[in-house]
Amino acid sequence: MNAMRLAALLGCAALAAFLLSLFMGVDGFTLAGSAEARRVILLEVRLPRALLGFMVGGTLGLAGAVLQGYLRNPLAEPGILGISGGAALGAVIAIHSGVAQVVALALPLAGLMGAALATLALTVLAGRGTGSVTLILAGVAVSSLAAALTSLALNLAPNPFAASEMLYWLMGSLTDRSLTHVWLAAPLMAIGCLLLAATARDLDALSLGEAAAQNLGVDLTRLRWMVVSGTALAVGAATAVCGAISFVGLMVPHLLRPLTSGEPGQLLLPSFLGGATVVLLADVALRILSPMGDLRLGVLTALIGAPFFLWLVLSRRSELAP
Amino acid sequence: MSRATTLAASDIGVQIAGREILRDVALTISPGELIAVAGPNGAGKSTLLRVLAGLTQPDTGSVRLGDMDVRTMDRRSLGRAIAYLPQDRTVHWPLKVRAVVALGRIPHGSGPQRGESDIDRATIQAALKQTDTEALADRSIGELSGGERARVLIARALAQDAGILIADEPAAGLDPAHALALFETFVAIAAQGRAVIVALHDLSLALRYCPRTLLLKDGEVAASGHARDVLTEPMIARVYGITATIAEIAGVPCVIPVSVRP
Repeated sequence: MNAMRLAALLGCAALAAFLLSLFMGVDGFTLAGSAEARRVILLEVRLPRALLGFMVGGTLGLAGAVLQGYLRNPLAEPGILGISGGAALGAVIAIHSGVAQVVALALPLAGLMGAALATLALTVLAGRGTGSVTLILAGVAVSSLAAALTSLALNLAPNPFAASEMLYWLMGSLTDRSLTHVWLAAPLMAIGCLLLAATARDLDALSLGEAAAQNLGVDLTRLRWMVVSGTALAVGAATAVCGAISFVGLMVPHLLRPLTSGEPGQLLLPSFLGGATVVLLADVALRILSPMGDLRLGVLTALIGAPFFLWLVLSRRSELAP
Repeated sequence: MSRATTLAASDIGVQIAGREILRDVALTISPGELIAVAGPNGAGKSTLLRVLAGLTQPDTGSVRLGDMDVRTMDRRSLGRAIAYLPQDRTVHWPLKVRAVVALGRIPHGSGPQRGESDIDRATIQAALKQTDTEALADRSIGELSGGERARVLIARALAQDAGILIADEPAAGLDPAHALALFETFVAIAAQGRAVIVALHDLSLALRYCPRTLLLKDGEVAASGHARDVLTEPMIARVYGITATIAEIAGVPCVIPVSVRP
């Protein structure tokens, strides 16, 4: 498909999903209550939810596409560098310590701090080299450590209520977020996404391996810096605000790759728009499947994602491995 | 067409993980020259080519392109001046053949995001034609045989339209017809005033097509000069440790390896 047409189509889909998320509630499209109640529901409940759905979904799709291109690995996903693990750990510690109950916004701020620390550990571990293998290894080390510490926090939870709150938070959700959450995360995600989007041409060149890419003008040190800092800002902020929403970053680039000409750089904008659409639609589906709000978004995306991904791999086995 | 500039490497020394890979290697390549770099496995051919292309920084010595040190050159302008074809022929995504060749235009500011100019299209078409890969243009690179893939990657380097082409074992895996055609292409490129540096193991091809040969052994220059003066039976014996016969068959010089020397 023509790149412009694909982007236009996905842009329309994302817009439609955004409007659906804004105007559809558990009771369909009707809004009961006074004018003031309707204003509160639309602007203070649904608008932050729709905005976060768009940004977080887009961020995950884009970061997934960039990391798959950069690491030249179709199994890469936004969490592979350990940054989202660090953000999750930070948030869990905020719940564990009780700070989250006392200070408003302590949760996302602790998440951001966790993401920053994970990024620092990642850059120290990966060293000054340029190869992507060392970066994967460093990412695996950071995410395993973050996962272990998160388990420790759960294990030592002060009471069952705190434990279940941590678990729920880890599953990822867009509910009960305010516009303050949006303003906190949006600038970081925007800068991160711009950094990630700027890697497009370098990722195309990297299709031929690191030596050929360097010969085609790619500065590998600069590229790695852009990938790491872009992921840190975009995915770190997304996870700090919404928890871990799994499978979107892995699935969306795979779903869209056959519709593009195949260069990794061509996949970035479609993956952003596709990720936004998928997360918004999944969040709308939650309102139908689980009107009481007890099913979490991250669980639903994983439930849809895993079998879908399996089907994708089975049906395209020959194309996926060149 | 980009004009070639003289590429001069002097005093090149490279150490990797404490091991000396190259020592005191000097090589000057002028526009219009076709140079073979030969030597046994592990002699330092690939490292020398990477140094010449500005991809590996030598520990001693320097590489100059015209009056500029390649170390200080901007990566993209270096990519317009020197095309480098690595030995590694992996293409990481199932791209169409034409898209792979089009990647060679990236240093010229084009690419899938920026669109292609008429010059880009003409250069890509010419590169496909020179490597006999026009018929493969719409196939996915993953479906091709090893030799076909090698030709597509050569086309990518040709599409870069650089004044200097550095190719690491480009003929490995090619059938005889395409290997001969490849070297005829190199001769034609050199005749346009460009410089071509090829690492190879087929000494007959070096003898037949490359006026100059640099023979490496254990990271040092064993011999350098006209292929006929460098690739002699005693020199081949010394560098490769084999007994070889050099014969002219149907007017074509051939190196025939006979036996491994004890």
